[in-house]
Amino acid sequence: MGVTTFLAQADELRAPAVDYGAVAPVLIVLGAACASVLFEAFLSKSQRWIGQVVLALITLVASGTALAIYAGDAPEQGTLTLSGALAVDRPVLFLWATLLLLSFGSILLIADRSVEPGGAFVAEAGVRPGTVQDRAQAAKSGMQTEVFPLTLFALGGMMVFVAANDLLTMFIALEVLSLPLYLMCGLARRRRLLSQEAAVKYFLLGAFASAFFLYGVALLYGYAGSVKLADIAAAAAGTNRSDTLLFAGFGLLVVGLLFKASVGPFHAWTPDVYQGAPTPVTAFMAACTKVAAFGGILRVLGIAFEATEWEWRGVLWGVAIASMLIGAVLGLTQTDVKRMIAYSSVAHAGFLLVGSIALTPEGLSGTLFYLLAYGFTTLAAFGVVSLVRDADGEATHLSQWAGLAKRSPVVAGVFTFLLLALAGIPLTSGFIGKFVVFSAAVQDGMAPLVVVALVASAVAAFFYLRVIVLMYFSEPAPDGPTVSVPGAFTTVAITLGAVITLVLGLWPAFVLDWAGAGAFIS
Amino acid sequence: MLDPYLPLVFMFALAGAFALFSVTAAPYIGPRRYNRAKLDAYECGIEPSPQPVVGGGRMPVAYYLTAMLFILFDIEMVFLYPFAVSADRLGLFGLVEIALFVATVGFAYAYVWRRGGLDWN
Repeated sequence: MGVTTFLAQADELRAPAVDYGAVAPVLIVLGAACASVLFEAFLSKSQRWIGQVVLALITLVASGTALAIYAGDAPEQGTLTLSGALAVDRPVLFLWATLLLLSFGSILLIADRSVEPGGAFVAEAGVRPGTVQDRAQAAKSGMQTEVFPLTLFALGGMMVFVAANDLLTMFIALEVLSLPLYLMCGLARRRRLLSQEAAVKYFLLGAFASAFFLYGVALLYGYAGSVKLADIAAAAAGTNRSDTLLFAGFGLLVVGLLFKASVGPFHAWTPDVYQGAPTPVTAFMAACTKVAAFGGILRVLGIAFEATEWEWRGVLWGVAIASMLIGAVLGLTQTDVKRMIAYSSVAHAGFLLVGSIALTPEGLSGTLFYLLAYGFTTLAAFGVVSLVRDADGEATHLSQWAGLAKRSPVVAGVFTFLLLALAGIPLTSGFIGKFVVFSAAVQDGMAPLVVVALVASAVAAFFYLRVIVLMYFSEPAPDGPTVSVPGAFTTVAITLGAVITLVLGLWPAFVLDWAGAGAFIS
Repeated sequence: MLDPYLPLVFMFALAGAFALFSVTAAPYIGPRRYNRAKLDAYECGIEPSPQPVVGGGRMPVAYYLTAMLFILFDIEMVFLYPFAVSADRLGLFGLVEIALFVATVGFAYAYVWRRGGLDWN
């Protein structure tokens, strides 16, 4: 026993088969993230910004092209690669495309230097807020270009996260996506203290959530003897083992996932972090992190815990109701537009959870569609928020938005459209998203939950409409904010978000077809 | 049954004997010259107390950077051990993988080096 047996096992080591075509989109993003670090190291200060922007945009286009080429003749039921660590199937391809598109918009917002001279990011993050050096650098036009490699690493982590087919790969991906985000939150040029506070809060709570996740993985390993999702499903389906480990592990695991998705009672970090983080980073987090987290939730629930659905469903009903009500009711009391959108995202997370726990093909495709639609709407909304400014930077207090339509009818019009989409008014993607998710839930026997969701939607619609009324029917304050004329990057990002919100509202069929093109492979 | 562990027991005994021998023999055969630095805590970097007067009792921030860089390479070493043990069995694939791994750590090192993380001041 002992050493000899171990060496005998080692003789059987074989390199895992890698389907390079399938994982090319991820490899391109992670490879470019490494190249981006080298750019930071070897480019001179004046070349960094342009070099990083070009690299990031080329990366996203190249990764998208690789994805399109692979999707063209990908196997219908999907494929497992890297010893089954990654599963590349139709839902994963859809999620990858969503992530790439959303991060394209986010990178444009991050790179923009027209609205705030030098961009929304601090030049030297090491300078303490409130010091002489801090005030001096507020006037400088430099920018912390490390945000680009951080974004690419986070994106790479998200892409692995949604494709991870075992819980350890998922955990590593969770950390790869989280650690850059913690840093990016603290990089705001204006309101440094608020930004750094947001970063610390996000980091501490995120570390707790990661610990919960990992503890859950440990218990599930104790139950199933494996961290692979399919093995956990097999163990849960045919066994007379005690369920204590399974459900304790499930509970802890799901807490970690729901935290990242800012669902319901696990949302406490969301308003503070959304408010404190630089607005382009908030846009990236609100759009892409949500997609990644729900991609993970869909896969874990749909594969590992499908057989035990009736045991845990009641709990997630409760979580979904809590999330929708917390988001809708607390959203009413907000006076800051970024915090308001944060609570709106909590409510939307509840709606998404309703679709996620309907483990039917309709539930899956509906949730995927909702993620795409919501991501673009919220991305564009934060893009608009970054335009309304006064002398101290962004004017996020709602009273400052009064009468905005008289100053800038176009920006107010676009924001109105986006708010209507968030509220779920017909002719916007928000309506179609809610419709497909709720109808999937009704078909799966969750009518009471859908009633609660509709009530929450109605309550939430009130605070969106309040902003619209404020913008159109109030007198503008005499020393109110001005609306900056956006440069090309921000214009493209906002237009992209608004146009996709409109197109998905009018002709959703082709995207719904893609979203429903296949099921998870395990 | 314990056969595979017998060499380990010998190794352990030998190591213990060597340490014991060195400690007991040193006072008798080595020269003794007094030096203040010799009474300091061995290999523990800075004195934990009292706090340094320079910089208002704060640790220099560069210390953390160096410490983190050390951990980075420490972890790299940990990963290199299992590779080195089974390098021949892993073949070319393993070599490429470990080269990529070392390269990514190298990127981080290049960044720290180029951006002045290794300059103490």
